[in-house]
Amino acid sequence: MSPADDTPAPVSKAAPSAAPGEAGSLPRDAMRPRGLAGPPPVMVKLERFEGPLDLLLHLIKRDEIDIYDIPIAHITQQYLAYLELMRSFDLEVAGEFLVMAATLMRIKAKMLLPLPAVGEEEEEGDPREELVQRLVEYRQFKEAAGTLKLREDERRLLFERGLLPSEDEAGPLPLAPATLFDLLDALNRVLSRTPRVTVYEVQGEVYDLDEKLSLIARTVAEEGRVRFATLLERCQTRAEMIVTFIALLELVKSGTVAVVQDETFGDISLVARAPEESETHAPAQP
Amino acid sequence: MPPRNLEAALEALLFSSDQPLSLALLGESLEAPLDEVAHALKTLEAGYASRQAGVELREIAGGYLLVTAAEHAEWVGRLLRGKKKMRLSRAALETMAIIAYKQPVTKSEVEAIRGVDSSAVLGTLLERNLVTIRGRSKVVGRPLLYGTTQEFLDYFGLRDLSELPRPEELRALVAAREPEQLEMLEVMAEVGSGLPVGESSHEVEPLPAGTGDGAIADEPFGD
Repeated sequence: MSPADDTPAPVSKAAPSAAPGEAGSLPRDAMRPRGLAGPPPVMVKLERFEGPLDLLLHLIKRDEIDIYDIPIAHITQQYLAYLELMRSFDLEVAGEFLVMAATLMRIKAKMLLPLPAVGEEEEEGDPREELVQRLVEYRQFKEAAGTLKLREDERRLLFERGLLPSEDEAGPLPLAPATLFDLLDALNRVLSRTPRVTVYEVQGEVYDLDEKLSLIARTVAEEGRVRFATLLERCQTRAEMIVTFIALLELVKSGTVAVVQDETFGDISLVARAPEESETHAPAQP
Repeated sequence: MPPRNLEAALEALLFSSDQPLSLALLGESLEAPLDEVAHALKTLEAGYASRQAGVELREIAGGYLLVTAAEHAEWVGRLLRGKKKMRLSRAALETMAIIAYKQPVTKSEVEAIRGVDSSAVLGTLLERNLVTIRGRSKVVGRPLLYGTTQEFLDYFGLRDLSELPRPEELRALVAAREPEQLEMLEVMAEVGSGLPVGESSHEVEPLPAGTGDGAIADEPFGD
């Protein structure tokens, strides 16, 4: 079995010491060391079985067992080994799997018992019969599911009308995918627009926060409404932008200046607040 | 009075619809005899095929539906970008198959066959309208009975339930997959004796199990 086989074999980390006393009899393809041991945790991929019947069918197929004449001791052993394997990976073994384990063991026990007296034979029958019937039936539905899958694949290639989203539906969508990275991009664009007229870089140039505070307050008072972008564009350096920003925050906090945005993602502007509001520091009137 | 150009009118109707249109509905809308409509449908279908048109006429879920040709699926798919519904999981397909063949069927009957709890997967199928409640069984507890829907036929591109492989065809498919068991079957057929399982197993009983007072038998499965 190659890894590319259509029924992906379970892959395990090297030699799990599971299955007490049965480690050697674990399904051959149920354990496959992947690469040599390294520090990073090994990825483990266990084939997912839909249920105990599915697992049994897998084992029957893998070991080329005749479904009508199941060697019950062998299959029970393999089945239990598989459950043990699942447990060794801390996978929760669903109750159904345990019920099946019990069923298998019961059948095994029955097969070991001496044949009942003649006469009862017909009533008893082969203890495996019920299980075989279930397996055969299940297998048939698996096949049916397979044909449905093919139909599904075929149908998915055909598109009827009306699958396209309408204009309305498409409308608000473009806004949604904005991510943190878009935001960072936007910031980067603004920062890159910072004029590079750094002809004489005065060392130790310090921007005074109070100075900025009054400057912004004055600008807003004079111009009535100042675009946030404009305010930043007037700055010469990043440091100045940052100080301007801090000053702005301070002004907003103190209530001298209000920040408004007329439409979503529109320009942000600064407006002066009514004096009585800023004096009292009262929250905005209703 | 039927339209002068029946074929073109038919094409117009089909184009206007995103759902399969039944022959009866088409005939009624066009005020044309059904055999003429059926004939025009054939011509239309053949026309698309012969000129390798981008669309084709399909018989789906008891009606006629204009769909894009499969060979252009990639391009249409790009345009739609994942607008198609999610595929069904293996568990869902299994459950779907059991319901399709055994309907009307109870949840516990489904679970008996699958050997696992199927509540969640049944919920998904109900949600996607591939399965519907058909009524209640008369057995103790009056459990709900489930059956397939029109949407089921549409989703799998089936004309009707009879398009599903018959039980014996399924058995042949299974046998073809397990060659050694095909031999077994042959041997047993030769012996012709009481097989442990085989014809007697009623697993894929085609017809509704006779339960279900409120059950509306869809098309009887099989024929």
